[in-house]
Parts: sequence; structure tokens; C-alpha cells
Amino acid sequence: MATDEQLALTRALSGDGGLGVEESTLVSIIGKWRKKPEHISSFRKSFNRLFSITGHIEKCEDDHMQKLVMEFSRFHQITVLWAMHPHERDARWANQVIHKNHPSSILVEIASTRSAEDLLGARRAYQTLFHHSLEEDVAYQVKDSKSKLLVGLVSAYRYEGQKVDNDVAKSEAKALHNALKTAGANKIIEIDEVVRILSTRSKSHLKAVFKYYKELHGKYLEEDLSGDALLQQTVLCLDSPASYFSQVINSAFKEGANHAETEGLSRVMVSRSDVDMEEIKEAYAKLYGAKLADVISKKTRGYFRDSLLSLAGEAKA
Amino acid sequence: MATLSIPNPVPSAIEDAEKLRKAFQGWGTDEKAMIAVLAHRDAAQRKQIKIAYEEQYKEKLLKRIESEISGHFERAVYRWIFDPVERQAIMANIAIKNKVVDFPVIIEIACINSSNELLSVKQVYQSLYKHSMEEDVASHATGDFRKLLFALVGTYRYDGEEINTELAKTEAKILNDAITKGEYNSDEIIRILSTRSKAQLQATFNCYKDAHNLSITKALSTKTPNDFVIALRAAIRCRTTPTKYFEKVLRNILQKSGMDEDALTRVIVMHAEKDLKEIKELFQTRANMTLEQAVAKKTSGDYENFLLALIGN
Repeated sequence: MATDEQLALTRALSGDGGLGVEESTLVSIIGKWRKKPEHISSFRKSFNRLFSITGHIEKCEDDHMQKLVMEFSRFHQITVLWAMHPHERDARWANQVIHKNHPSSILVEIASTRSAEDLLGARRAYQTLFHHSLEEDVAYQVKDSKSKLLVGLVSAYRYEGQKVDNDVAKSEAKALHNALKTAGANKIIEIDEVVRILSTRSKSHLKAVFKYYKELHGKYLEEDLSGDALLQQTVLCLDSPASYFSQVINSAFKEGANHAETEGLSRVMVSRSDVDMEEIKEAYAKLYGAKLADVISKKTRGYFRDSLLSLAGEAKA
Repeated sequence: MATLSIPNPVPSAIEDAEKLRKAFQGWGTDEKAMIAVLAHRDAAQRKQIKIAYEEQYKEKLLKRIESEISGHFERAVYRWIFDPVERQAIMANIAIKNKVVDFPVIIEIACINSSNELLSVKQVYQSLYKHSMEEDVASHATGDFRKLLFALVGTYRYDGEEINTELAKTEAKILNDAITKGEYNSDEIIRILSTRSKAQLQATFNCYKDAHNLSITKALSTKTPNDFVIALRAAIRCRTTPTKYFEKVLRNILQKSGMDEDALTRVIVMHAEKDLKEIKELFQTRANMTLEQAVAKKTSGDYENFLLALIGN
């Protein structure tokens, strides 16, 4: 018969059904079971994900230990990221895409959602840390069809004003539609006009382009870009970053989320906490019919959970 | 070093504004007086004069100048009056909005400035024109020129001194492969030329020269003049040996037949408060005459006087 504490300890150490670990539970059980080694011994015998009977001991399983290390370190990781200069964060994430094969979507995210000055700051930090420009590393290391778009996006120093030439926006909406229609066998992501418009125009201008695209052609640009996830993401990041970030957060909570997806949760919460967290919470509620704070409370644990709630501007659950 | 000469002590901005006002008054213009003031003040002083003139006389100095003088002289003075950063932003915009993008101007601005200097130009460009320089270059240039100019303008290059010798050898080989195939517009050439730091690029070109006994610019010479290759060579030289590049531009203008006043104005005006002295010295050794003599031979009137004043007469 499993005791309450055994159940709590199992939950705390299983790494299942939630991100992070329940530190306070662990601390309290350690206290309760002091001088009662039979309790922890009985726990080892029953918890065979972490322990397997080998010889006269219940030996720790390496695989599960690795998993636990990851879960214990979510709080550590998010704290260090939080303390870092935002530009250093972005530079390090970008470097991981280039040199540790992290998903290109992170590079698109950084390049498209940061302000012109912050993207420039990230590029400066990159130079300080790695003695290369971000542009040269992306251009050199990314040699597939994504190259044009990624180099274009990271090189951007966009005009940040509100002024839009509506005639130009209309004609560029038409040009995009044309380019997509006549692409044929060519990859859309390599089409010069598409890359030019998405990587050089100001965000205000692009919002107008996307608006005219829908008006003139009846479909949203993202729909017509469904063949290319990276391009779709680019448009979403430029047009409605709050929706994009909500999607990243939600992916982390789904069943079977992989490492990159769960890391996305920490990345987004830390990098957006001071920027547009209110908009993200709004967008999240609209998209998923649930309050972000509630989902965080349900799906994460311990100090990790508490830090996420703090970053979301919410009181502890 | 600059060739600009400023009197010591320099008159106050108000005195200068008064002198200019006197030069404008009455029939015609006293161009010599204008040149005596404007061609002998640095950027900060010129700015103060503009402010003082406007405060005193309730009209913009530039507007007045435009109505008083004309032609090559006026264009030169107009470009000169601004500080170097604003000047380059304005000249970039003129070059971009030209019927065909005036690529040498863009290449020069993108390649001779440090990353932070180019950034300042781009910031002023944005505040003047409500567009980024990159988006204007990209939307006005076409084809291979767009690829090259956008990459040169858009990259915030690393300015450090480190060199990776292995990488230099590899990229020298990549350049050679593209050149021998005649693929001058190759993405790799553009990538290397526009993203690598100056030190790394120089190392790459040195490796190229060691391996092939030919400098990269000579290797890029084609028998038939090809504008794009000309642009590549300009970019290479601006990035590695700008003094030699501008010296050659001046020699081409001043010693060949015909005359490109806009180009002459551009080089003199953009370098008089920067490094025209070194360019001048190199010119003298290679042209067998001083820059002043060459300019005097090919220009005349107020335009000539203005240029000579900037060159250091």
C-alpha cells in the first residue's frame, strides 16, 4: 500500500505529466523520513523507473537520472536566462541554432519579433561573444534553401515608423500573390521578391501588405504559404507575435512535447515577460480558451512553475 | 588625414553668417566670399553657421544658396554643407532614386565605413526618408546588383582583427572556383565579400594571390566591360584598399577624356574632411602631377575654386 508520501515522492521524481519538480514536497519528505530508512528503502523497491534491483541494491537508472537532471534544472536555466542581458540571450540562442543544430525557427523568432534596435543589440552581443558577425555565420553555415530568408531576416534593420505608402503595400501584396502563383517547381522560400518584402519592409508596412493580400485575394497570406512552415512562421511573427508566442507556449504543454518544444516555454516566458506578456496572455486565451496562468499551474511544478507565474505577472497559485 | 584647412582663430558662426549674407546681397553673388567661409569650416562649424544664419535672417541657408548659385558649383556646395553622416545618407538616397541605381556611390558608402559609421548613416537615412536604406536598395536595384548591394549595405560586419587562416584558404578556393567558371554573380562571392570582416577578407585575398600569382581584382578583369564585375572590383577595393581605389577613381576622371563632375565632386567632398591627404599624395606619385594641377586643368570657374579650396589650396 503506497503511503501518501510515497505517492507524492513518486510524483515529484517521475518527471511525468509536468515540467519541473516539486522541490518543497521533496524537502518535506526528506524531513519526514529522517531516521526511518525503511521508508526510502521501500520507495526504492517500488519506484522502478528510477531504481532497478541489481545485486543487493536498487541501482539508479541512468536514463531516468538524465531526465531528472533536466527537470531539476528547468528552474536553474530559467533563472540564469532571466538574469542575462536580453541581447546576450538572443545571441546565445542564435548561436545554438547555427552551431548546435537547434531549430531554425528560433532564429526566425528572434529576427522577426525583436525591435530593430534589439535585433541590432543581439548582433552586437553576438560579435562580442563569438568574434564573428551573426550574418556571416548564418550565411556560411546555412547552405540550404532557407539561407536567403534567414540571412535576410537577421540582417534586417527595419524602419520602425508608422508611415506606410498604401499604393506600394497594395502592389507588394499583388507581387507576393503573383510570386506564389507562378512559383511552379521552385521553392517559395527562395523567391527573391518574397524574401525582399518580408526581410526589408517595416512592420507597419507589412501589416498593410498582409491586410491588402486578404482583401485582394480572399485568403490570408499564411494560408497560401502552407507549403512552407518557416515562411508561415515568419509572417505570423511579423504580423501577430502574441499569437505566435502563444503557439510556442502551447506546444510545450502538449502530450509528448520534445526537448526543443519544452525549452520554447522557458525561452518565450523569459524573453517576453517585460515586452508583451499581456498581449500574449490575451492571445493565448483567445486561441485556446484557457487562462495561461491556469495552464501553467496545472502543467508545471515547483520553483519552475512559480517562476513562470512570476514572469507572467501572476501571483503564485 | 583631412585636407580641409580652417583658419586659426576661426570666426564665430554669427560672423560667418554675416559674411555669407553679404555675399548673397546685391546683384549676383560673391562666390569667392562664400568659398572663403564654407570651404574652410568643419562639420560642426558648418552646422553652427546654418543655425546662426537661420536665426538671424529667418531663411534656410541651403535654400538661399540654391537660389544664388547653380550647376556643378551648387551641387558641390550643397553636398559639402552637411556633416559626413547626413551627407552620405542624402547621397545614398540620390543614388538609389536614380533611374538606374548609381552603384558606385552605394558600394563606396557601404564598404569604406566601419560597421558603426555605416549604422549611423542608416539611422539618419531612416529619419530623413522614413524607409530603411536596405529596403530602398532592395526595391530599386534589380537582379545581381540587388543581391550585391543589399548584402553590402545590410550586413553589420564584425570589425575585429582575428584571422582564421584555414578559413581564408578555403574561401580563397571557393572564390577561385567561381571565378574560373565565370560565375561572377555567385552567391558565394557575394557572401564572402559582404559578410567577412576586413581582416578576414584581406587574409582570404592574400591566400588567393599566393595560390594563383594573381590578385583577385586582376583575376576579375574581363575583356568586355561588365558592369557587375566592375561593381565587384569596386567593392573589393573599397573594402581592402580604399585609398588606392579613390586615387584610381580620381585619376580616371581627371586623365581620361570626357568629364564626370558628379563623381569628382563626390570623391572630393566625401574625403576632404577624412583622408583626402593620403589620396592626394598617392595621386601625385602615380599621375606625375598634383591633384590641384589635375583639377585645375579639367574644371573651371567657381566649381574649380571650390574644389581647390577643399583640396588644400
